[in-house]
Amino acid sequence: MYKNFFRYLISAIFLLGFSVNSNADFKVGFVYVGPTGDHGWTFQHHEGRNAVEAAGIKTTFVESVPEGADAERVIRQLAQSGHDLIFTTSFGYMDPTNKVAKDFPNVKFEHATGYKREHSNVSTYSARFYEGRTLLGHIAGKMTKTNTIGYIASFPIPEVIRGINAMTLAAQKVNPNIKTKIVWVFTWYDPGKEAEAAQALIDQGADVIMQHTDSTAPVQTAEKAGVWSFGQASDMQRFAPKSILTSIIDDWAPYYVERAIAARDGKWNQQDTWHGLKEGMVAMGPYNSAMGADLVKEVEQLQKDLASGKVHSFTGPIYDQKGNILVAEGKVADDGMLAGMSVYVKGVEGDIPK
Amino acid sequence: MIKIEKRNDVPMALYFFTPFIAIILTILGGGIIFYILGFNPIEALKFYFITPISNLYGLSELLLKATPLCLIAIGLSFCFKSNNWNIGAEGQLTFGAIVGGGVALLFYNQEGFYILPLVILAGAIGGMIFALIPAILKTYFNTNEILVSLMLVYVSKLLLDYLVVGPWSNPEGFNFPETRQFSDSSRMPLLFEGLRIHAGIFLALAAVMLSWFILYKTYLGFQIKVSGLSLKTAKYAGFKGKTMILVVFMISGACAGLAGVGEITGPIGQLHRMISPDYGFTAIIVAFLGRLNPFGIIFASLVVALTYLGAETAQIFLQIPKYTGQVFQGMILFFLLASDYLLFFKVKILNLKKNELRH
Repeated sequence: MYKNFFRYLISAIFLLGFSVNSNADFKVGFVYVGPTGDHGWTFQHHEGRNAVEAAGIKTTFVESVPEGADAERVIRQLAQSGHDLIFTTSFGYMDPTNKVAKDFPNVKFEHATGYKREHSNVSTYSARFYEGRTLLGHIAGKMTKTNTIGYIASFPIPEVIRGINAMTLAAQKVNPNIKTKIVWVFTWYDPGKEAEAAQALIDQGADVIMQHTDSTAPVQTAEKAGVWSFGQASDMQRFAPKSILTSIIDDWAPYYVERAIAARDGKWNQQDTWHGLKEGMVAMGPYNSAMGADLVKEVEQLQKDLASGKVHSFTGPIYDQKGNILVAEGKVADDGMLAGMSVYVKGVEGDIPK
Repeated sequence: MIKIEKRNDVPMALYFFTPFIAIILTILGGGIIFYILGFNPIEALKFYFITPISNLYGLSELLLKATPLCLIAIGLSFCFKSNNWNIGAEGQLTFGAIVGGGVALLFYNQEGFYILPLVILAGAIGGMIFALIPAILKTYFNTNEILVSLMLVYVSKLLLDYLVVGPWSNPEGFNFPETRQFSDSSRMPLLFEGLRIHAGIFLALAAVMLSWFILYKTYLGFQIKVSGLSLKTAKYAGFKGKTMILVVFMISGACAGLAGVGEITGPIGQLHRMISPDYGFTAIIVAFLGRLNPFGIIFASLVVALTYLGAETAQIFLQIPKYTGQVFQGMILFFLLASDYLLFFKVKILNLKKNELRH
């Protein structure tokens, strides 16, 4: 009996020591695809990390990790070196994240924008960026004189197509003659290519430019050409103060802090998160006063309605390019349909690259 | 007044010793940079050069990273030794990966022992064909191989982009720019459970042995070395220069193609846009650091591979910016070239008198 008692005592002391220790040693790792100074995608994830750090939790980051063979090593090294929660912040880390997660069941993993959760210690998260696109569409529809909106798109994945469609639907609502022209640049970050794409769209008559790429080149090109533009991922206003009407801001900070605290306190569960304006994962930059007070008011109301769920970005009737019905009148698109979206809505010009 | 004179008697031993001097100077230079950045230089260097290889996994990663560098540098040594400046190994790697990957995708739902050899062979042939373009243009149209091989890098990368976005993209992959996963029969066998080091390392070792044999034991090797020392002598000796140029480019391309196929069938397992973090360019440093000598290249590839790993470890543990890895690679090349210069040339500071100046 004494033997057992001592055994329990020792294990209790050990566990206590271990848990106290692990609480103090709790560390969060971040893997970034770009440099922290890209002023777009990685910059915002880094801001999220800073918030975690401000909440009193130790963090580590590794920047510019290529999405090839190196990613797995970096993720594994973070797991090996005592990080308890690891955020991998680009789609290309999906398979390496799941692979490392298998070997480190006690470490929690959070993969951004992916869809594979092969082990119970892998969560995925992304933002409903399309809600922001709805606001941009509303503004663009009102601001354009040429009825042509130029859209710089990265890859024809559902997330990007969703954004194009949400924007076009909202613009059509306020301006039925709207046309969306798209240039596919097949990169997330290439200032040269993005600037060329912006110029090409402006030359084709677009007087509002928006982008689903991460550099500030398109807004700077728009500023020079004297057309309207929107910032992407972070508040890009200072790069094109006259041209930018507003920015879609990815605000990962609240989510990162919440998840880090949950993991520290042992309350972390696997989940698939898709947050939007309501939760604040998607936020809007300041509205340009050139929009006029009435339009700003309208958009702010729409923002509130989207956040409260009163308005949905994809409310029927929605037709595809050929005129087939996608969402019936009075219905809204469900998350499954949004997640796999692979056709344009009516009013978008061109074909999705195959 | 500074006067530069050629040294006539450079001892061979010193020639092979300077890379070590370059590495030591790089480590010292790195320490100074870390100190200026506000880090403890000893600690930073420890995280840089020792921590990454202090366990079995780290050693495996070092070999994994050194394998493509060694393969490409071995191939490049044939070109560089014979005065052919193939700068486009990255393109030959990419094209080899495309051809090899294409074969792997043909067999994506099949298993069989013959698939992997086919994929590897296809990769080597792909790289070879792609290297033949600058070689043929050089021999028959007198173009500059530096420019042609370099520009072809962008051609191959754009071709890969096109394929993984378009015709070869995974039909079940939501249009993400990547192909299907290769079947297990197209994957390099792993050497140890839980480590990523794979059979591709034997390809690199075989290339080292073979290149040593060709360079030092065959007539072709003799031709290559003579052409490198003096093109005129080679011509007087009656060597067929054109054939040799084609051959060295083919060897170089095949090695780069093998490196590409080793990456996609090894750690990656599919084609996507990021198959190589510029191994083809980094291998140029490796080739020179290894003195274009097969065994020197093994050593050099390990050193340069360590700078990649060290950059990651130093960022994880000390948050030193990851770009210091590139700084280290640049410093190694700089110190190597500088010490070579001082090895082959004497710098004399002359104290001239006034009357001497008048002459």
